Amino acid sequence: MGIFHHFMNLKAVYIHIGWFQMSITNLVVVLSMLLVFGLALVLPFPGSKKGKGQK
Amino acid sequence: MSTGIEKEMWTTKLRKAWQKNLPVEKLLPDTQPAYVASWIYMFGVATLASLGVIIASGLWLSFEGASWYHYSSVGHFVNSIHFWAVQFFFIFMVVHLWGKFWMAAWRGKRMMTWVTGALAFVGSIATAFTGYLIQTNFDSQWISYEAKDGFNSVGIGSKFNVTNFGQMILLHVAFLPVIIGVITLIHVLLVRSKGVVPPIDAFNKELGERK
Amino acid sequence: MSDRRTELEAAPWGGRTRRYDLIKEGVVAVVIIAILAAVLSTLFGSPDDKQITFKDWAVSAPADFYATSVQELAGTSGTAGYGAPYNTASDGVNLGPLHLAKIMGVTHPVDTVNDFVITPLTTVSNAAPVADALKLWQASDAKQQSTWATNYDTALTKANQDASKVPTGDYGPVPELAAGLLTMAQAGSLDGALLSQGNYFQSDNTKQTLFLGDGSYFNDQSTASNLQGDTWGMMNETGRYPGQAWLWLYSFWYQIPPFNNEDNHPFGANADAWIMVIMGGLSLGLIIMPLIPGVRSLPYKIKIHRLIWKNYYQEENL
Repeated sequence: MGIFHHFMNLKAVYIHIGWFQMSITNLVVVLSMLLVFGLALVLPFPGSKKGKGQK
Repeated sequence: MSTGIEKEMWTTKLRKAWQKNLPVEKLLPDTQPAYVASWIYMFGVATLASLGVIIASGLWLSFEGASWYHYSSVGHFVNSIHFWAVQFFFIFMVVHLWGKFWMAAWRGKRMMTWVTGALAFVGSIATAFTGYLIQTNFDSQWISYEAKDGFNSVGIGSKFNVTNFGQMILLHVAFLPVIIGVITLIHVLLVRSKGVVPPIDAFNKELGERK
Repeated sequence: MSDRRTELEAAPWGGRTRRYDLIKEGVVAVVIIAILAAVLSTLFGSPDDKQITFKDWAVSAPADFYATSVQELAGTSGTAGYGAPYNTASDGVNLGPLHLAKIMGVTHPVDTVNDFVITPLTTVSNAAPVADALKLWQASDAKQQSTWATNYDTALTKANQDASKVPTGDYGPVPELAAGLLTMAQAGSLDGALLSQGNYFQSDNTKQTLFLGDGSYFNDQSTASNLQGDTWGMMNETGRYPGQAWLWLYSFWYQIPPFNNEDNHPFGANADAWIMVIMGGLSLGLIIMPLIPGVRSLPYKIKIHRLIWKNYYQEENL
């Protein structure tokens, strides 16, 4: 059932600013999506310095 | 080497078009252009991999039935895999979409690759939605009650009745996955056939433009 | 972009290449995602709030159930007045002159009086007052039935759904019918009767869901879980699980004027239909984005691609 099953089924906490409202969990999902995108852009890709084939 | 009769044969035409556009070297290449060197290129494959996990866990669930996961701890685990894989699927697909947008990846006659990708995105939302309707729990009761108004409002409800559990489970495990599968297959074959889009400024020198 | 550039971009790549093992990449990705999903499943499981039955409703909120049953008989419930695809009671929402639901017709007929109350009652053996009430109802004409039900519905509403405070009046068998249905629901036999409607195989829960939604109990549960559409509910999930975050844009329109005001005409009152149209248009826009001027130029103006191809740009001195 999941180790944190009890915690996950407590009442959700929401960020509520004016008409904007989002659960902490959804916020975590959205932020991790942005984070993953950002990291994918800036992290060096392994082996990218040495091009193998030739022109 | 082909005679006139062979040239007219549909089978011959199909084989030739296939060989021309997607020879097996293009389908399963062992090299990629030098510019294919960024983590952003991982997300298309990550989306496909998530889809694989979704299909495998979904098949398992469909063999056991829609209510299995309420009373079996194995069932709950398989349902959880299905649930989290869907979250990964959408996260990776959106990152993939952002990446392709900022690369303007539709350049060089790759418009249909973009179109099929966007169709897969929209179709996946519909498929996931039908999944939420067949959870056979409070969430699916509420979502079906609430969503019916949206579909009814534009007449779609007459053919797509979200409160009809039987219809939703059939669409979720049969029709929609086939549609997603076919669109995804076409998308991947287009990517392989057209190749990965070159950088935006790759041909500036050839075209004599300033940096 | 020039045709020449398009041709160059479309042609097979003639520049430098690097080794790239697609199959290995795919297999590794499947393994990693399967492990990640298994870890999250072990830690958190998945949402599964128990379904609500009519028994739950009738036991926990008997007055609400009783009043809703009376509304179904009187034709004042949400479902009874819905219009297409369930009945012809109203024209439903519109897009200006277009009443799309009405045009598509009554494809899922729901008769709240018989489907929700009378037919289920006939499937069980009732106590004497209920059995007599059923006989009297069935022997009366529609006009008489409607008068009784409307009288009682009005009186019950005035008494704040407290049946003990309703003054005597011309209600015919309506109080007994509602009481009989309440007893049936509390015993747990209404769920099956609503679904089967006297049949054996059945997989369409439309009637149950509509009846359930006509009362306050179901709606209150949803409000408690923050699932109502006017508070971004369609993005949310029960408990603390992530929801369908990808529905954020669809959900967004319901939060802003004019769509968040049901009294606004024509848009707020028909928000469901207009938001469907907006989202249909935006989805089409996403699909044909490469053709949309302005949007398709953004990647050239905001040069995120220089980050993606930073190595290549360095190596080629671009």
